[in-house]
Amino acid sequence: MIVEPCSLTIAEARELLDRRELSAVELTRSCLDRIAAHDGRLNAFITVCREAALAQAAEADARMVGGAGGPLCGIPLALKDIFLTRGVRTTCASRILDGFVPPFDATVVAKLRAAGAVFLSKANLDEFAMGSSTENSAFGPTRNPYDLDRVAGGSSGGSAAAVAANQCLGALGTDTGGSIREPASFCGVVGIKPTYSRVSRYGVIAYASSLDQVGPFARTVRDCAVLLQAIAGVDPRDATCAARPVPDYAGALTGEIKGLRIGVPREYFIEGMAPAVDGAVRAALRQFEALGGRLEEVSLPHTEYAVATYYVLATAEASANLARYDGIRYGLRVAADNNIELYERTRGAGFGAEVKRRIMLGTFALSAGYYDAYYLKAQKVRTLIRRDFARAFERCDVIATPVAPTTAFAIGEKIADPLQMYLSDIFTISVNLAGLPGISVPCGYDDRGLPIGLQLIGAPFAEETILRAADAYERSGATVRRPPII
Amino acid sequence: MASETAMAAENYEAVIGLEVHAHLATQSKLFCGCANSFGAGPNENVCPVCMAMPGVLPVLNRDAVELAIRMGLAAHCAIARESIFARKSYFYPDLPKGYQISMYERPLCVGGYVEIEANGERRRIRLVRIHMEEDAGKNIHEDGTSLVDFNRSGVPLVEIVSEPDIRSAAEAAAYLRELRALLRYTGASEARMEEGNLRCDVNVSVRPRGVEQFGTKTEIKNLNSIRFVEKAIAHEVARQIDILEAGGRIMQETHLWDPVREETRPMRSKEFANDYRYFPEPDLPPLRVTPEWIESIRVALPELPAARRERYVNALGLSRYEAAILTEEREVGDYFESVAAGLRNAKTAANWVMTEVLRVVNETGKPLAHAVPSARETGALLAMVEDGAISLNAAKTAFMAMCQSGKPAATIVRELGLAQVSDEAAIAEACDQIIETHLRKVGEYRAGRDKLFGFFVGAVMKAMGGRANPRLVNEILKRKLDQ
Repeated sequence: MIVEPCSLTIAEARELLDRRELSAVELTRSCLDRIAAHDGRLNAFITVCREAALAQAAEADARMVGGAGGPLCGIPLALKDIFLTRGVRTTCASRILDGFVPPFDATVVAKLRAAGAVFLSKANLDEFAMGSSTENSAFGPTRNPYDLDRVAGGSSGGSAAAVAANQCLGALGTDTGGSIREPASFCGVVGIKPTYSRVSRYGVIAYASSLDQVGPFARTVRDCAVLLQAIAGVDPRDATCAARPVPDYAGALTGEIKGLRIGVPREYFIEGMAPAVDGAVRAALRQFEALGGRLEEVSLPHTEYAVATYYVLATAEASANLARYDGIRYGLRVAADNNIELYERTRGAGFGAEVKRRIMLGTFALSAGYYDAYYLKAQKVRTLIRRDFARAFERCDVIATPVAPTTAFAIGEKIADPLQMYLSDIFTISVNLAGLPGISVPCGYDDRGLPIGLQLIGAPFAEETILRAADAYERSGATVRRPPII
Repeated sequence: MASETAMAAENYEAVIGLEVHAHLATQSKLFCGCANSFGAGPNENVCPVCMAMPGVLPVLNRDAVELAIRMGLAAHCAIARESIFARKSYFYPDLPKGYQISMYERPLCVGGYVEIEANGERRRIRLVRIHMEEDAGKNIHEDGTSLVDFNRSGVPLVEIVSEPDIRSAAEAAAYLRELRALLRYTGASEARMEEGNLRCDVNVSVRPRGVEQFGTKTEIKNLNSIRFVEKAIAHEVARQIDILEAGGRIMQETHLWDPVREETRPMRSKEFANDYRYFPEPDLPPLRVTPEWIESIRVALPELPAARRERYVNALGLSRYEAAILTEEREVGDYFESVAAGLRNAKTAANWVMTEVLRVVNETGKPLAHAVPSARETGALLAMVEDGAISLNAAKTAFMAMCQSGKPAATIVRELGLAQVSDEAAIAEACDQIIETHLRKVGEYRAGRDKLFGFFVGAVMKAMGGRANPRLVNEILKRKLDQ
């Protein structure tokens, strides 16, 4: 069987590129062909930058001839359409940004550009990253490559689906409450949300500033490590970005996890979880034991408050973050006779239902007379959740949980029931509230052949530990990866 | 009616608090690298951050923090080791993010006071806080369209909030003048009201004298000169007293000062009915200030107006009034001190600076350094007066010529022939001549018409072209007439 270049891992492609057996242009063209063939059905992308990508690939080839190519030189990637890209429209899947072409690159985009990466496309997402299924997109839902009637997860559903469907070799997403890990799980790829502050947020359209974090998707843990290496680190334009040095992530992938203490939180194995998910995660835990890891039961007692806490804090921050979309300086403007009407009409027409719902929730939570009962209370619970994890990490090195209670659900199944939708993130949200790193790695398939993800959570800045554990599991071959149906 | 009001006013006391906004004199804006400068073309000093493009983040300007701390120390505030920026949300076209980054529950400077002198009384006006925040842009309405200029968007401000310790319009004015002096002495702000970099909102209420409880207050906005602040307070206090005297109730509302009609008018409730929904700014970590940093700022502070006033009164023998005028502007005080350094009597320098120097500064509208001769030359001129080399009137003439030509004092005095004649023989000769030509008047004088002495002095001075030493003219004339 002839392997299409677009289905290579970044590590495989790197070898072929370095040996001159493959050019960046060939690799990019292979991805673009794949996109042309399948994205009409998949809808992973909002914008495809064919010409620009080929030009970047040609430049990368020239660089590699000069011997100057780094690990990502010539590697075709997709960017969630939440990252500002100079000269390429950036929509955040919203009508409100109609016609907006950023004058600058997000810091992570600039870093990847400098590393010679090729940008194929801007990937679909839930509008302003608000959602768990990529159904809340002004550009239509992204479909799951394993079942086109099912969702890809969200909010970074386009990025996850594109990686799964071999339309690109890797992608960037953002994760505010699970928006990398849940779609990675639903689409059977690897996705990591780093520690809050590990990666710059400059030029990343804000949803909830104290929770948003940028992270990569790829088909292997090692590829994720390489991508994370390229984007992590201090940024003078982001005052919340950590100044600490970035370790060698790929170097941490020793395959060795003997003695690693794996915490299993009893609160994460709940009633109503799909049996296939429960079974796959438990099997993965046994595999960790077989690899020399030690299971430790831990407790995260405030888990049950996480979803409520998240929906107060995230929506409060969002209500302010989205106030700038007022029709005055850029994006959509619906004409009106006065300011107030201009705002009402512009925002009324520009935002989708879920975004409006969250703006209203957040505005309410911050209103005079309600602040203490909602926002302040939620901040206190957030502290308790953070303490839960700190205590648990006294007894273990990583915490292993399911990523989501179910596999990918049907398109339309939960869209009318926001509460049900919110519960998709029940296992991922606490990690954002605590600011911790978390990775989703495929650990099996249900009886419909839909992927299941295992979540490994680390202590602050312990990306190396969760990458090493996920890589060891992946390399053990316990889960045989299945190709998508397209 | 007027006298009734005046009588009623006697029975009431005004309670006034001020919220003053001052632009900090930094090179760049508070959260981005754009220039903080006045007078650029519309939207020239803007970037994605201060235009609130999607995805941008604020990065705090440390220089702005230092200037705010300087002002805080000058006003005797406690500087918080940790303060927190907050988002203040409201929609307005000139506010690009839809929220202003300000400080709310944890301001940078807490407490403190400003010392004022008004109506011959010295008082401390206590401060609630001084906090940092960013300014908004400016809406411009012309030809039926509205435009927004974002040059001012993100310019650093301090907001200085007083306790309701002020009791009159005059005290409010004195407080503002003192704040302005502190802002300028510390270099925190240029504090120019006419350029909009010092703005003032006033809270006013009245209560019957002797009553402890505050009355209902109104807020007056849009005050951009000290004169307007005084007028607006006087107007508002009278308005409130009239309402209370008529048995009415004060409504808690916001008024705008109309400088043309010289009255306050209530804003429509829509214009101010905001719930600002403050919450901590998640894009900025808490602002931490080390004691070492605070100390290094403290030791670098210049002598402040209050200390300077005390020194002028106690060491230089000036009146409190003179000291107050001379210390209002740091450069005026500096100039005065340099002039006085070369003179026997500091009063001579004080009088000169207060009358001649400040008159020229006011008339020309130029900064002191460009309007008048150097302090060294002015000092040299006044030394001639002290030495009797020229008369005070001659010095005034010389000073104006110096201001215009920029020539040294000695040159001007020589060129204009202003040197005073102290040659006793020459004066005696002139006196003799006048006596001889006015023998009849001499007779009348000697017969007891003392008032005629002034006529003889004037005649001698005139005969000598006004340059004769008046003390000697007096002495010699007296001797000759009385002999």
